[in-house]
Amino acid sequence: MRAGSYDSVLALAVGAVLVCAVAALWLSSVRGVVRVLAAQGLALGLVALLLGLHVHDTALVATAGVVVGLKAVVIPTLLRRVAGETHSRETRPLVNVPASLVAAAALSLLAFSTTRDVVRLVPTGAGKLVPVGFATLLLGFFVLVARRKPVFQMVGLLLVDNAVALIAFLITAGVPFLIELGVSLDVLLGVVVLMVLASRLRADYGEVDLDALQELRD
Amino acid sequence: MVLVALLLVPVIGGAVIGLGRWRPVVAWTAVGLNGVGLAGAVALAVRVVSSGPVDGAGGLLRADPLSAFMTVVIGAVALLSSWVGVRWNTEELARGRTTAGRATGYGILVQAFIATMLLAVLAANVGILWVGVEATTIVTTFLVGHRRTRGALEASWKYIMICSVGIALAFLGTVLVYLAAVHAGVPGGHALDWRALVAAAPRMDHGVVRLGFALIVLGYGTKVGLAPSHSWLPDAHSQAPAPVSALMSGVLLTVAFTAILRFKTVADAALGPAFPRALLVTMALLSLAVASSLLITQRDYKRMLAYSSIEHMGLLALGAAAGIPLAIAAVLLHILGHGLTKSVLFLSSGEILAVEGTSEIAGVRALLARRPALGGIFGVGLLALVGLPPFSLFTSELLMARAEFQVGLGWAAALAVGAMVVVFVAVAGHGRRMLLGVPDNPGAGPDGSTGEGTRLPVSATAPLVGGLVACAAIGVLAWPLAPLLRAAARVVSP
Repeated sequence: MRAGSYDSVLALAVGAVLVCAVAALWLSSVRGVVRVLAAQGLALGLVALLLGLHVHDTALVATAGVVVGLKAVVIPTLLRRVAGETHSRETRPLVNVPASLVAAAALSLLAFSTTRDVVRLVPTGAGKLVPVGFATLLLGFFVLVARRKPVFQMVGLLLVDNAVALIAFLITAGVPFLIELGVSLDVLLGVVVLMVLASRLRADYGEVDLDALQELRD
Repeated sequence: MVLVALLLVPVIGGAVIGLGRWRPVVAWTAVGLNGVGLAGAVALAVRVVSSGPVDGAGGLLRADPLSAFMTVVIGAVALLSSWVGVRWNTEELARGRTTAGRATGYGILVQAFIATMLLAVLAANVGILWVGVEATTIVTTFLVGHRRTRGALEASWKYIMICSVGIALAFLGTVLVYLAAVHAGVPGGHALDWRALVAAAPRMDHGVVRLGFALIVLGYGTKVGLAPSHSWLPDAHSQAPAPVSALMSGVLLTVAFTAILRFKTVADAALGPAFPRALLVTMALLSLAVASSLLITQRDYKRMLAYSSIEHMGLLALGAAAGIPLAIAAVLLHILGHGLTKSVLFLSSGEILAVEGTSEIAGVRALLARRPALGGIFGVGLLALVGLPPFSLFTSELLMARAEFQVGLGWAAALAVGAMVVVFVAVAGHGRRMLLGVPDNPGAGPDGSTGEGTRLPVSATAPLVGGLVACAAIGVLAWPLAPLLRAAARVVSP
């Protein structure tokens, strides 16, 4: 691949990860958000694949496979099963959509301003894209705190997780493969645990908003 | 080989419970294995002190004096917790609050919990360290929610959500430190290796290490229960079954804390002590303020113990901020003393909850007169917790304060002492209300039982008394530990 087209395809894939995070902030149906999350997993896998091909790193190409399998297929399927029967929507987010989008713009600016040191240090052109990863991270946090339904909080957590993975790919071309496997396994198990908890909550107490959980406080 | 064997002991324990299902003989076998685990940890510590660090699993595991010390703490608290856990589950089964299947699940998860903590402290590689700490969150979530009440489910949801975010930040911080290491010339395959990081630290880029270390302290600090991300802790520790609270409060918090200690060594070498110190002092004072103010108005004795853990984690962070070898040795001694004391207190609080039927401080009266053994253990535990001699917490708090004065953090130490006085008054007040007084109807509990039938058997008091005696013994004669503490302090503060 020529250098120019490699850079632009990589930038496009990284951009897609960010766009998916913005879309997750904007959509209110569970199905839509889960679809967006799957698309983000695909884009993330593409980033890893491109980087892997570029530096001829087979471990990173293998990682790309793991990422796509896990984040674009397995986890979205699990999430869909949690959301499953109910066509639940986020009807009362703590922050409404227009305000969320304004916040997203502000968070992106913040991401660009805090990551100068990191960009300076990364030797490859991929380093210039690191601020996009941090913007995705902050958007994930925003989803996490602005939504009330368990499924949406899980999506927020996964956005944070994808953002961290994206940053890791961009600045280091991935941590060693063994560690990557351990991390992926932990993430998967974490999602399974959350799923079981969410379905227990629903089985015992019906469709809950998390802010209804206020039994424990001082 | 030794290290893998040490990790395998709780794995075997879990397998035994899984295959044999929950029965007293099976559960006691697992307790025996935990005893073997503790003995193995002590043997490892002796070996590390006498003949240097031990490597294992092709360089992925490594026991330096710090890891060896932490395996001893884990081993001790694990033995206490699983010993009392047998009685806890037997009682729950007798009351029909759990089934044999769920008790089996509980036993497997507790052993897995112990194994993941051992993995985290024995990791030679900061990536494996991360995997271990994250795995502790996953296995403990179900333990927190074990009772399946609304409160327990709420607590476990908050726990995994907040801790997962924290641990994601810690991963990001780890990746940034990795970047700084690669940039400083460490080959990629070794740039997560703890020793390589320490060696390369002086050449690392300041900006990236600063951001990375801040993320790591915030991230792992979430698992430690340091303010501002401590809010999951009182819920999780009060809702979990008592033996699980003992493990979480007694040792899981400090396992996450050793991760901060390890990265602090790297940050100190890369940035100099000022930045890590400022960060840790801020979080320490914030934690002390939160804990002491909320302890005053506390109405629930398990939450009281949980807030006291936040207080002690704040003290540890302040000691770590001082950073000189004396401070680190005191921090480690405090980790052991707090682990023993807090687990004894949580375990006896579970016993109190079982016989009194309430976790409200106001619901428990004249415990000392009605149940002398249980009340006595709980009362002595509280005295140890607020730092009275002869218990080791007194010694370690004194040494930490002295170190803080030596490095010019006297003002912070003075503030900490102020917070400790508030905690002392609050805890002593709550304890006095629960323990002292004259029973309305001598010898009868609120359920009308005479208390005779629920008198603690020796098998239940032995581990509790043993924990307190151990805590007093290391407070009076620290000598068997001194070489280990000195060596471990040198790991953190070379």
